Amino acid sequence: MALSTPASGTDVRMAGGPPPAGELALPRAAPRGSSLYRDAWRRLIKNRLAVAGGVTVVLLCLVAIFADVLAPYSYTKANFGKIYEFPSREFPLGTDQLGRDVLSRMIYGARVSMLVGLGAQVIIVMIGVPLGALAGFLGGRVDMLLTRFIDVMYAFPRLLFVILVMSMLGAGLVNIFIALGLTGWVGIARQTRAQVLTIKEKEFVEGARALGAGFWRIITRHVLPSALTPIVVSVTFGIPEAIFTEAALSFIGVGINPPTPSWGQMVGENQQFLRSYWYLCVFPSIAIAITMLSFTFLGDGVRDALDPKMK
Amino acid sequence: MLRYTVYRLLWLIPTLLAMALVTFLVMHATPGSPLDPVAEGANPLSPEAQKNLAAVYGLDKPLWEQFAIFLAKAVRGDFGQSFVYKTRTVGEILVETLPVSLLLGSMALAVAIAGGLALGVLAAVYQNRSWDYVSVTLATVGVSVPNFVLAVFLIVIFSLVLPLFPTGGWGSPRDWVLPTVTLALAPLGIIARFTRSSMLEVVRSDYILTARAKGLAERPVVLKHVLKNAFIPVVTLLGPMFAAVGTGSFFVESIFRVPGMGRFFVLSMTGRDYPMIMGVVLLYGAFLAIMNLIVDLLYGALDPRIRY
Repeated sequence: MALSTPASGTDVRMAGGPPPAGELALPRAAPRGSSLYRDAWRRLIKNRLAVAGGVTVVLLCLVAIFADVLAPYSYTKANFGKIYEFPSREFPLGTDQLGRDVLSRMIYGARVSMLVGLGAQVIIVMIGVPLGALAGFLGGRVDMLLTRFIDVMYAFPRLLFVILVMSMLGAGLVNIFIALGLTGWVGIARQTRAQVLTIKEKEFVEGARALGAGFWRIITRHVLPSALTPIVVSVTFGIPEAIFTEAALSFIGVGINPPTPSWGQMVGENQQFLRSYWYLCVFPSIAIAITMLSFTFLGDGVRDALDPKMK
Repeated sequence: MLRYTVYRLLWLIPTLLAMALVTFLVMHATPGSPLDPVAEGANPLSPEAQKNLAAVYGLDKPLWEQFAIFLAKAVRGDFGQSFVYKTRTVGEILVETLPVSLLLGSMALAVAIAGGLALGVLAAVYQNRSWDYVSVTLATVGVSVPNFVLAVFLIVIFSLVLPLFPTGGWGSPRDWVLPTVTLALAPLGIIARFTRSSMLEVVRSDYILTARAKGLAERPVVLKHVLKNAFIPVVTLLGPMFAAVGTGSFFVESIFRVPGMGRFFVLSMTGRDYPMIMGVVLLYGAFLAIMNLIVDLLYGALDPRIRY
């Protein structure tokens, strides 16, 4: 898709960066709405698919937060008089093998998905960005060691390693965070390192150094803000990947511990009854599909909005 | 070229060693032991019995020694006895299940490559028309929806609503269709997306303009000039594709009850079947590394501009 915005303009603005708040008292002559992120926002809300994805994501977050209010029944309470009920007015999505309301369990499942999606990214960014930035900035032996390590981690198929760590640690939400954090930081560290390597040679960093800025100041004030765009993009794509991983782990039974419901676990537990009780499996599957698609649309939109060249 | 191949093959050794070491450390650094498994239905053993079993399987030796023994045996192709399937060696289980997984995987890859290229080309030639939308939709669904979810949808549609294919099993070729399609959709989507953008890039290049300027018809322009050049970057995708199909098959095999490696892998993990885990991880790592090497060499062979 051809965008009329000249692509070269993005680089200049990125390099300049927004003025650090409270540091430059001078009034800026630049017209309102010319910063990278404001431009990106404008491009993003013009993208219909991305907006639809974003709205769905917000709705899912609301469902996750207000699960206690929204769920008509408890997610653990068994009702043996009402097992395998077909969807009805009383139980809109039916009941499972213990007579638990599927809708209520799915509402609580949203909580697990969102928590894993967002939480895992926080951990991954907290490990990966500093390590990548440090390796790129320091270079030399630190850099070599880290890149070698990253290469080995890359040789492992990610999902295989996560399954390995999870089956050794045992199922549970905290362990999912550990497993995702342990394996996920590699990609973002590699990306940050590459960004830092190119940015640290740019003139404005040289200028900052010439003016006497210290190591930390250069990294946190000059290098990282410029390296932010690809990190933001990789986080928006990392969220659905984490949600997918949790669903996959729970599907094979090493993810979330029952009775806490998770969509992947509901699909995994009930797939063998697909022929007789399709609704037990199909509704959580639809939930996973919608969530993944929404995040993909949003992620594609964010990427295109932040850097029209990348398409 | 030869030097590069040998160099890459030599690099395989430290990579596999590192993988073995990381796997070994993860297995042993975490709480729990195969003699006291967390797996369901495991028999509680008395301390003496545990001690004796540990001695039989060599689990009482120091860790470095266990690792050294493992390496010495693995070099000769002996991965030991499975802890879970006690009468069989890891080698026997792999020999039996690997061909099934390989068949499923290669069929899925063939479908993905053929279908992905066709869709990508159609989408690029008919840019912003209905073929393009079909391709983008399929690509997005294939890429973002997990394959076990796709499997559920496909079973509901093609086994329950329209009884065309069985819900699982691995007896006749009719059983192969649904697992293959499920496994193929994600890589198919990626290839289609990539082919499309690669073709659109090539179409804008000068030599295509030249070809058109000298009066060449649209068909030879697309088939001879655009396609050939657009395929080259697509080849780089094939490496990660093998990984996607490999890990994807764990789920697809379990949903469609395919007697391949994937099922054993998950069981061995939860049952702390150390020899089995090591065998599967290393086999898988070596397979991926060799595939990546082949892809890289192919890339060089296809594009004379690339030199090693």
